[in-house]
Amino acid sequence: MLTNNLYNLCGLLLFGMGLFALFACSHLLRKILAVNIMSSGVFLVLIATAYRPLGAGEIDPVPHAMVLTGIVVSVSVTALALILACRVQETSNHSLSQSERNTNDGDSEE
Amino acid sequence: MTWQGWLLICILLSSFLPGVIIFSLPEDKYRFRTSLNICGAVIKIIFILIMNVGIYYGHSFELRLPLIQGMELILNADPLSALFTTLSSVLWLLTTIYAVGYLEDSPNRSHFFGYFSLCVTVTIGIALAGNLLTFLLFYEMLTMTTYPLIIHRGTPQALRAGRNYLIYTMSGGAVFLFAIVWLQSITGPLDFSAAGFSPRLLDTHRTALIFIFILLIAGVGVKGALVPLHGWLPQAMVAPAPVSALLHAVAVVKAGAFGIIRIILYVYGIDNISSLHLYSFLIAISSVTIIWGSIRALQQNDLKRLLAFSTVSQISYITLGMSMADQPLAIIGGLVHLVHQGLMKITLFFCAGNLAETLGIHKISEMKGVARRMPLTMTAFTIGALGMIGIPPTVGFVSKWYLGLGALALGNWWVLLILAVSSLLNAGYFLPIIITAWFGKQEAHWPEERRFNRFETRLMLLLPPLFTAFVVIAAGIIANAEISPLAWVKFIIREYGL
Amino acid sequence: MTIFNSSAWIVAPIIIPLIGGLLCFLWRRDTFFIALFISLANLLSVTTLLRQFLLFGPLRYRMGGWEAPLGIALRLHGPALLMLLMTAVSGIGITLYARGYFSFRISALKHNNRHEQQERFFWPLWLMLWTALNALFLSGDIFNLYVTLELVSVSAAALAALSGKPASQIAAFRYLLVSLLGSLSYLLGVVFVYKTYGILDLEMLRQIATPGPGLQMALTLMTLGLLLKTALFPLHFWLPPAHANALAPVSAILSGLVVKGSFFILFTLWFEIFASSITANALDLIGLLGAGAVIWGSLQAIRQQRLKLLVTYSTVAQLGYLFIAFPLTATENISQEVWTAVTFMVMAHSFAKTAMFMAAGTIFLQVGHDRIRDLAGIRKSLPITSFAYAIAGVNLIGLPPSGGFIGKWLLLTAALTSGQWHWSLVIIAGSLLASVYVFRVVSRLFLTPDEAIIQECRPHSPLQEWPALFLAIIALLLGLIAPYFSLILETTEIVANLAPGGGL
Repeated sequence: MLTNNLYNLCGLLLFGMGLFALFACSHLLRKILAVNIMSSGVFLVLIATAYRPLGAGEIDPVPHAMVLTGIVVSVSVTALALILACRVQETSNHSLSQSERNTNDGDSEE
Repeated sequence: MTWQGWLLICILLSSFLPGVIIFSLPEDKYRFRTSLNICGAVIKIIFILIMNVGIYYGHSFELRLPLIQGMELILNADPLSALFTTLSSVLWLLTTIYAVGYLEDSPNRSHFFGYFSLCVTVTIGIALAGNLLTFLLFYEMLTMTTYPLIIHRGTPQALRAGRNYLIYTMSGGAVFLFAIVWLQSITGPLDFSAAGFSPRLLDTHRTALIFIFILLIAGVGVKGALVPLHGWLPQAMVAPAPVSALLHAVAVVKAGAFGIIRIILYVYGIDNISSLHLYSFLIAISSVTIIWGSIRALQQNDLKRLLAFSTVSQISYITLGMSMADQPLAIIGGLVHLVHQGLMKITLFFCAGNLAETLGIHKISEMKGVARRMPLTMTAFTIGALGMIGIPPTVGFVSKWYLGLGALALGNWWVLLILAVSSLLNAGYFLPIIITAWFGKQEAHWPEERRFNRFETRLMLLLPPLFTAFVVIAAGIIANAEISPLAWVKFIIREYGL
Repeated sequence: MTIFNSSAWIVAPIIIPLIGGLLCFLWRRDTFFIALFISLANLLSVTTLLRQFLLFGPLRYRMGGWEAPLGIALRLHGPALLMLLMTAVSGIGITLYARGYFSFRISALKHNNRHEQQERFFWPLWLMLWTALNALFLSGDIFNLYVTLELVSVSAAALAALSGKPASQIAAFRYLLVSLLGSLSYLLGVVFVYKTYGILDLEMLRQIATPGPGLQMALTLMTLGLLLKTALFPLHFWLPPAHANALAPVSAILSGLVVKGSFFILFTLWFEIFASSITANALDLIGLLGAGAVIWGSLQAIRQQRLKLLVTYSTVAQLGYLFIAFPLTATENISQEVWTAVTFMVMAHSFAKTAMFMAAGTIFLQVGHDRIRDLAGIRKSLPITSFAYAIAGVNLIGLPPSGGFIGKWLLLTAALTSGQWHWSLVIIAGSLLASVYVFRVVSRLFLTPDEAIIQECRPHSPLQEWPALFLAIIALLLGLIAPYFSLILETTEIVANLAPGGGL
């Protein structure tokens, strides 16, 4: 039970660290990493729930399925985020760190 | 669906469809547009006459469309609806003829006439509404359809007037919606046919019902131009003359007054109002409006503004009649004034429009001796103005007579005094105009004179006011005949059960 | 007709757009016709579902015959059906409009290649987004809801970035991160639910969920995530840049459909699945934020100088109404009416806002800018678009007989019968503010202009104008077909619980 809680705590801690970094860092790449850390945290908690003595020595397979799905989702989302970050850098000629300015001008089309 | 239901739908469609078609017409299809308009108006009048006969012989005209629990759209034609629909449709025909002449070569006519038709459709909808929800539906649509007409000229002044109109009417509509929902949360769904909710509710919800009444009156009072909610009306005078006629005599102000009648007679019921002691509130607010409107009218030099303030004052006679609703004679006076005020006021606006269109006259000070240039127009104007003052045998006298009788029967001397003072004030602002016009000497050239051969102005501008002026006298003379507005109002009162 | 009675039809609204999306991606030619065909096929499948629903009641389906928790359960209940219908109808409008929009840009503007490329990517992404939304509405377990949420986020963010302008790239990036944050928070909530009950299926959860600290924690996390995605004030910060900087059809999709997805989940969780665990304080808090959104969003909309930003902030305000409904459900006997009210507001807003963004997009393309000040007299050159905008505006104000009016009327009734005055005042104030920001634009559009100002109208296809009017009119007349909607919403009893032997 203790190990289980340790995993849970670690997971939540990762989630919290990621959350903090997401807001604290302005570099786009760091933000993407922060989200990845958050999702790892969630997966950790999820995996820890698999260790639930259903019967003698049985392990719940459902969380594994969920984590697998989650990893797939997370990978593809990260890919998209990376592409977007590259695009931001290319099109705006704008170093990755100063992303938060000038986003509110509404002048998008020709 | 019965034939009665179809008839109601046809009455609405007879102006809605022309309106929609007109929107899609190109600007230069002048002839087609005009004939479509006039045909629609004539067909509408025929349908409404059929409906009136049906109502007289006791057919019931009703159409229900349930929406969801507690929400139902009802069209229901009772004698009161018949009065308003007849008035609106006849005056609409005249106004359309007038507008065709008035806007002969101005731009954006398809736009104008499209909204014009929608506007009358919505007004008829207000008249036919069978419950508060349906009334609200058309009441809000009226705002939407009249707004483009008010800003039609597109000048900064017109835009300002339009904005004010929206501020007043949208706020009024919001208050009205709030009050309706509140009322129905207490009483449950209400039909106008019930003529008032159950008096038992008075014991439990007395304060709430008083508040709701005030909110309801405030909601419709914005369009009905009750002081202090009348501010939009004089400003809206920047619109073209047919629009003013429409606002004052056919649609908007009338819809407000009609709403007040509906609320007093058919939502609350006269007994409930009397047990809530609300009559004194109504008398106070209508008296203030009557006197204030007249006083402001006295100060005006701009003819149309003067007429606007005179409307503020005159329309409140209807409210005054309703505020003595426990006396049938007073109700008769108020209801019949709905028709009479419409006839007189539309005459005056047509004439004011003629003066502006033909000679460019907008100010009273420019009217010296104008009657020699435009005798027919000024004859019509004089008849309308005398009617407003209440001189027999015009219809204005009939309304005031019944209001006075009602006040006498109630022993309410105060109301009599108000009537007398307001007549004096009416004379005070109309007589000088009449005297200047007929006996003044023309000092300078008319501001912008245009000549039309044979007649003093365009024939389409001349006929409508002459016709309405004729009716102002005729309906006054035959007031006691079977087919006069007065006789129909008495029929309404009989049907209502007084 | 037995083929139309098969419960496997429930999969069709997911499969059909998915196939369409893949085809569009691979084929690259005639993509519009594929998309149009798919839209119609989707409408057909949803209509079939509607028919089944009316015959048999709510449906449940286990994909491949697998039982929960490993199998994927789909369910079709009243609100989901209405959302599917809404998406199907809006989707047809958007598809048609997008064609007109892109072909105009390709033919009339510089940089043809770029616009052609945009169109090529638009279709697969849009159909994928549609797939994800349909799957979201049909999902029967909370983990699948997470997956669908992510699918929606990914395709929505990619669509938002489509315009290629720096501002839109940045907005899209931020939109993606916020969506991810929301989804992860939701997922963590799901984990807590699974820890507590060991169940993911919505129906089973509804039966066994009891208030407790685990559930409390889970609900808080899920709610926060979903509120972030639904952009409830003050979590709306990401929405205006993302929606306003996207291409017009994309803005229409984002504002009209995407935010409704996460709201749908939130509403299902709060009032269907975990209704017993919701406290009055939580409801009041949400209501308060909703009121803040209505007031703040409207004031911001009034202040905007640009049309698209104005429309965007009005989305923030209109979403607030949906949350004002929350505290009104607290009274036992009126919660059904509040359900109905919310459904109406969602649908009316969806149609109206889609139409409004389409109109704004057409105006932008024709005039070349969207400064509200300089839009005088557009009615002259774009009459249909102007009417569409005005009618959509009537919906947002909530004038009768629009769907928005029905919603507001029901909410007001609920507020007044349950004695919660303050909410009714916010609703009324919101309507008035909405009329200010709507008429600010409409009075410009409908101004009779001087001949000099009249904009030269470049030739454009009817596809750019008519879909907006069509959707706006649907929103306007939504009130008149209200009885059918309440019929659908009130069918809650599960008549048929069909689990097919074979799979699909």
